[in-house]
Amino acid sequence: MSAYTEVRHGGKREGIAVERRKRRELSVGKIAANILLVISALLFIFPFYWIVTGAFKVQNVAVAIPPEWFPLEPTLDNFRVLFNNPVWKWGFNSFFVATSEMIGVCLVASMAGYVLAKKQFPGRKFIFILFVSAMALPKQVILVPLFTMLADFGWIDTYQGLILPAIGWPFGVFLMKQFAQTIPGELIEAAKIDGCSELRLFYRIIMPLLKPALGALAIFTFINAWNDYFSQLIITRSTSMMTLPLGLATLQGEYTTPYGVLMAGAALASLPMILIFLLFQKAFTQGITMGAVKG
Amino acid sequence: MAGAVLRRKRYIWREWLTSYLFLLPALAFFLLFVAFPMLKGIYISFFDYTLRDFDFVGLDNFNVLLHDDVFAKSMWNTMLIVLVAVPAVVLFSIFAAMTIYKKSEMQRSFFRGVFYLPAVSSVVSITVVWASIYHPNYGILNYITSLFGAEPIGWLGDTRTALLAIILVLITTSVGQPIILYVASLGNIPTSYIEAAQIDRASAGQIFRKIIWPMLMPTNLYIIVITTINTFQVFAIIQLLTSGGPMYATSTVMYGVYEQAFMLGSFGLASAMGVVLAVVIGIISVIQFKYLGSDVEY
Repeated sequence: MSAYTEVRHGGKREGIAVERRKRRELSVGKIAANILLVISALLFIFPFYWIVTGAFKVQNVAVAIPPEWFPLEPTLDNFRVLFNNPVWKWGFNSFFVATSEMIGVCLVASMAGYVLAKKQFPGRKFIFILFVSAMALPKQVILVPLFTMLADFGWIDTYQGLILPAIGWPFGVFLMKQFAQTIPGELIEAAKIDGCSELRLFYRIIMPLLKPALGALAIFTFINAWNDYFSQLIITRSTSMMTLPLGLATLQGEYTTPYGVLMAGAALASLPMILIFLLFQKAFTQGITMGAVKG
Repeated sequence: MAGAVLRRKRYIWREWLTSYLFLLPALAFFLLFVAFPMLKGIYISFFDYTLRDFDFVGLDNFNVLLHDDVFAKSMWNTMLIVLVAVPAVVLFSIFAAMTIYKKSEMQRSFFRGVFYLPAVSSVVSITVVWASIYHPNYGILNYITSLFGAEPIGWLGDTRTALLAIILVLITTSVGQPIILYVASLGNIPTSYIEAAQIDRASAGQIFRKIIWPMLMPTNLYIIVITTINTFQVFAIIQLLTSGGPMYATSTVMYGVYEQAFMLGSFGLASAMGVVLAVVIGIISVIQFKYLGSDVEY
């Protein structure tokens, strides 16, 4: 009897020792992983720190070696020089193009997503597959033919040339369809029995229910539109039609532009997106996750 | 009775009609600005299409590409970028996600946000700051390596380092979305699975291989396919940092398309390059689906 207890005790003690060893190994690994994580995070933040501090440095400080890690005598001159360019116009263009794309995509995609998810009609499956398979299409590959087409329309260097092509991109339809599937069919039936017209039903009942997905899609589209450098590069010609990133790229191309001015421009071109992302991170994250879930 | 059937029929008709009307805007935009340009791209790849000419030349454009050293170099560079960047993005994203997914909500969104910063920022801003970091004389990178006694390097101007320097920037702009997705799917793994394995004294490595990795497979597939498609089309970073140089060391197919079409005005040849790139991307996506998709359980 006592021998038995002994053995059992020993076994247990051994088990605890193994457990402890494992926990120690685990925590060493964990600490290493966390250190690596923090170092990578610092490396990711550093370029932004360099942009923001660089924007306030005069040229000879910006190129000083060893570098001045923090601007000791900050200056606003860079912004003054930067605003000798039509920066307000560029900013307006960026906002106008991104906002229009956002509204267009949200409207068109929610209408299509709703019927693809909730209605029965011939060709439904085919149309959905058409949209989904186009999502895997390499987007930039069609830019050359798209450009020649816009040139035929006379749309080069116009707002419609910058805005309308992006509304055709099918990601929004897919996202909205995924989300609209979760709307209970009884709700729609009940509204119809009450004599609700289709347009009213969509506007009064479907749209509010789609709100979370619409929010995510809106932010997603806005940021993508703002950052769609390649399209903006080939569709824009004149200085006054340039977007903020494109104007900055032009300044970068003129090799005489001082660093500080470029950094000030870089801050202006990116800070709005970073702010939007930080403010709406939750909706944005949800949108990305939803878009990736298979239907 | 007949009236009911008629009403029913009319109801179905109206359902169809409203469905098509609701679909019309999305479909119109899609056909006009996505489907049609795609077909047109294939069509004009058989033409000598410049500002002056529009002549049918059959497969000549593809023949030219077959014997073009610059195109071969660009294709090679593109493949190299994909082969290095895609695994790096996937591995780093899994590492980051594994390390942060159990943290508090606040820390999690902090790290997710930090790694997403380069992806939401304008690529022009990113290249502005990296051009300064990489600068041979004033760059902070050479300053740091000089502290360890290294000679200064023209990171973007040297054929040996330029492509690597580009890939590094590309990786930082590509991990944001994968990390968000991995954190989400790690959070979806039932903790009871992992706890049960821990009770059975499974090691951390075993838990990762036997439980976490298989549960991540659908996410892996999605991320690998999407990252590959995007990496094949890398353009802005290259155009803004090196313009494909030095000596075509960083030229990619997408940069070649841009150069042919918008600097040399030869839309036919550019479209042919685009078609070749699309076919290559298509083949590789299918292979990835076949190879990785077989492990996926939905």
